[in-house]
Amino acid sequence: MRKSLNFRDFDWLLLGLALAIAAVGILEIYSTTAQTALASQYKRQIYWIILGCVLTLVISQIDYHLILEQVPWLYLLSIGILLAVLVVGPRVAGTHRWLQVAGFTLQVSELVKLVIILGVAALFAERRNKAVTWGELVKLGLLAGVPGILVALEPDLGTALTYLPIVAASAFLAGVKRRQLVTLGLIGVLILPIGWQFLRPYQRDRLEAFIHPKQDVQGSSYQVTQTKIAIGSGGLWGKGLGNGTQSQLGFIPVSHADAIFAAFAEERGFVGTLFVFLLYLALLLRLLDAAQTTADRAGCFLLVGFTAVLFFQVAVNVGMMIGWFPITGIPLPLMSQGGSSVLFIFLGLGLAMSVKMQRFVN
Amino acid sequence: MQVRFSEDERFPAWKITFLQYVVAASFVAFLIGYWQLQIGRHQALLLQAEHNRIRNLPVIAPRGRILDRNGQIMVDNFPAFTILLNREDPTLLSKTHLQKIAEGLGLDPNDVEEMVKRSAKLPRFQPIVLKQSATIEDVAFLESHRLEFPEIDIIQGQQRFYPKHGVAAQVLGYVGEVSQDDIAKPNSPYHPGDVIGKFGIEKEYNSVLRGRDGMQRVVVNSRGQEVGTLSTINAIPGHDLRLTLDLNLQMTAEAALGDQPGAVVALDPRTGEVLAMASHPTFDPNDFIRHIDLKTWKKLTTDPLKPLMNKSIQAQLAPGSVFKIITSAAALETGTIKPDFNVFCPGKITIYGHTFHDWIWKEHRGHGMVDLHRAIVVSCDVYFYTLGKLLGIREIDYFATHLGLGHRTGIDLPDEDSGLIPSPAWVEKHFHRRWWPGETISVAIGQGAVQVTPLQLAYAIGGISSGGVFARPHLAFRKELLTLGMDPPAHAETSFPLKEGTVAAVTQGMWGVVNEGGGTGGGARRPGLDIAGKTGTAQVVSIQLQDSAHREKYRSNAWFVGYSPSPNPQVVVAVLVMQGEHSSVAAPIAADVIKAYYQEKGIKPSTPQLMSERRDGRKQGSVAAGQ
Repeated sequence: MRKSLNFRDFDWLLLGLALAIAAVGILEIYSTTAQTALASQYKRQIYWIILGCVLTLVISQIDYHLILEQVPWLYLLSIGILLAVLVVGPRVAGTHRWLQVAGFTLQVSELVKLVIILGVAALFAERRNKAVTWGELVKLGLLAGVPGILVALEPDLGTALTYLPIVAASAFLAGVKRRQLVTLGLIGVLILPIGWQFLRPYQRDRLEAFIHPKQDVQGSSYQVTQTKIAIGSGGLWGKGLGNGTQSQLGFIPVSHADAIFAAFAEERGFVGTLFVFLLYLALLLRLLDAAQTTADRAGCFLLVGFTAVLFFQVAVNVGMMIGWFPITGIPLPLMSQGGSSVLFIFLGLGLAMSVKMQRFVN
Repeated sequence: MQVRFSEDERFPAWKITFLQYVVAASFVAFLIGYWQLQIGRHQALLLQAEHNRIRNLPVIAPRGRILDRNGQIMVDNFPAFTILLNREDPTLLSKTHLQKIAEGLGLDPNDVEEMVKRSAKLPRFQPIVLKQSATIEDVAFLESHRLEFPEIDIIQGQQRFYPKHGVAAQVLGYVGEVSQDDIAKPNSPYHPGDVIGKFGIEKEYNSVLRGRDGMQRVVVNSRGQEVGTLSTINAIPGHDLRLTLDLNLQMTAEAALGDQPGAVVALDPRTGEVLAMASHPTFDPNDFIRHIDLKTWKKLTTDPLKPLMNKSIQAQLAPGSVFKIITSAAALETGTIKPDFNVFCPGKITIYGHTFHDWIWKEHRGHGMVDLHRAIVVSCDVYFYTLGKLLGIREIDYFATHLGLGHRTGIDLPDEDSGLIPSPAWVEKHFHRRWWPGETISVAIGQGAVQVTPLQLAYAIGGISSGGVFARPHLAFRKELLTLGMDPPAHAETSFPLKEGTVAAVTQGMWGVVNEGGGTGGGARRPGLDIAGKTGTAQVVSIQLQDSAHREKYRSNAWFVGYSPSPNPQVVVAVLVMQGEHSSVAAPIAADVIKAYYQEKGIKPSTPQLMSERRDGRKQGSVAAGQ
């Protein structure tokens, strides 16, 4: 660990890209909530982002190896808190997702993503083989699977699903063999019908609506129909900030949170969509660029794991708005309103910075 | 746990590069997906977004009020809620969904489904009326289920209100939802759920009373709540319609008729203006505004006394002795007799081998020697049997037809009946047999197949006592209709000039009916009022049958047609009391209406001296005629 603060190798462009996306998000949150009871949400989002930036700067100054050493107890703490949330947490809209911390409600499952990323990095840090063993795969599965099942029980299937890309990317990176892939695929197919039994009725509705969108326009696929109308009606230039009829008149549910991109596309048009896509693409490619030049394997696993989660969330969120994926509660990173999500991203960015800045240090 | 790190081992660079390509390729795919929606399907989806937020709501035009001749309100409106169904989102028209709505609003789910099916051809943006005049409960139900039924709108409408309930109900008629047949007519301006006149004046002058609905384009949110108005096409209210009816006279007529089934028609024979038109039993048009319930409907349609029938224009009955005025006029006009023609009445007469009884025969006596005047006054049947034989059916038919009977008067009401004056041609056509001469004898006293409506009798007697000028009865003022852009019939009156002597003889006879000793219409005598008239008692079946059968069932219909002054009347009143047994029950009703007419006009009954002078003059005239 260094003795003094050093921002010489700090990736300002990466932070700038993140803040640019966040700024677009804040404008859209303001636009969709200005006329509603949630009118002050955009301010809270700004506070969260400011807090996030501070955390990014702080984490960037810490050697990530020190953090990796904390993984065992961090992981156990996470499992403990997830259990606590499930048992005694406040019940909001039928789910146990939140933890009250000093007046804030935190969605623990968001922060657990980071712990899993760290855990995976620690797991694979010392291995040198070209391919993973079955034992490592099982460890990997348990690492993400235990918290994943706890989160799915809350129930919050969407967030639980975001743990998957960490596993997938890590396995890919560690080198998974074709035979292992085929076997895993078969197991997945066998588990699918059993998993179906554990889904809540609304989750099944959403999946069915996804498979047969025309059958039930008023119910679950109503949302997709409406977001598609919103996006398409935006056209090339969009209807203008505050003029999106679909989002302003309430045809898109939670247009400031999960469905923010539909509202954005309606008001800013294809030009806006293109602009934001380029920002995300630049952000993700830059993170992967950093992964090419890490000092060690652990750093690489950290960056790839974090990038995988970000990419997965952006892709699934943007894709479900146009009906490519079933509706799940996955926020759009940096744009959707929500403190826990913002904290996760900026903490992750801090870790990424830390990895980047350690690359030439011995 | 101590984590050890290795610095030498790196991953093959291609793995990260591969991930970068995956990310970039994904964004290209998403960009194509968004391009397809935002550029490719932009127009279609923009239209859908507009449909989501914009609703076209009709602005219901208030229907014109109906007033009496003095401007008193007979039919009014009051504000009410109308429930509309938007059909722009076809998924909301599913059977189960509609059923939920129907149940909440107390409608028959099948009706609602039918309604939606029927309107399938209408433009989608046009909402249909689910329920006129919704109750407060309906509105409360919908407000509490806003989210569930975003396709429902509640708008302010106008509900028809008949403040006098049963008064003149058959004349005013009622409104109701337009029928499928009406909508299907070519160039029909109606849409399902529209309210139109179904009966009476409401139907006849629907085009005047009905306004043109406007249209409002409003912005709604996802819960169907209005958040703004884009544009408004104002509704054009319907025109008020003033009728010739006099509400006070109408109420007097209905009160005078009381509980007896029958009809009263009061006309101004100089103009044809209908001053009163009552029909009993009556109904309450307010029952028809909401969907009339089956029980009320059944009761109205199965009642043997037919409350929905406007007996003034639809009761076709034998006129009985009132017809003797027609026979008299025919006999005088043709020169068959002179007023001093005398007949001895022993109470019965045998003609063509058949014995015809006089009504007085039930007292086993006759009227003795009578001339025309006396025959009218005492309503001597034998005298008119004789005239019938002298005239023959062709002359009676000719005069009856030209004096206003046997065809529609042309009043501005739907479904007027024409009555019937039998003739050899008619018998041949309908019964394929020859005319029996004996039938002429019955027709001469208004029996047999003769059928008239109360309005026809008022029209005929009014025309004859006005010298043969028959003004078409009407309920709406022609001048006012012209200013409203209507095209009322041009010919206001039909002329069939009668000889002065004919008019004098029959009007003096009718004056005698009311005012002379032995006159059958003494019940219409009112001190100081110059009332004349003619009674009639029409057998429903023959006398023999009447005695043997239940009396109640076969009681005769009582008629009285009175007018004032005589001759050249200002007002004619025809009264029909069904199963009234004797004309004496009808005469006072006519007198009450005539008295009320003068009170309305502010004319006090003339002095008794004038009346006595008049009576003297009459006697002189009578004597002169006898010489």
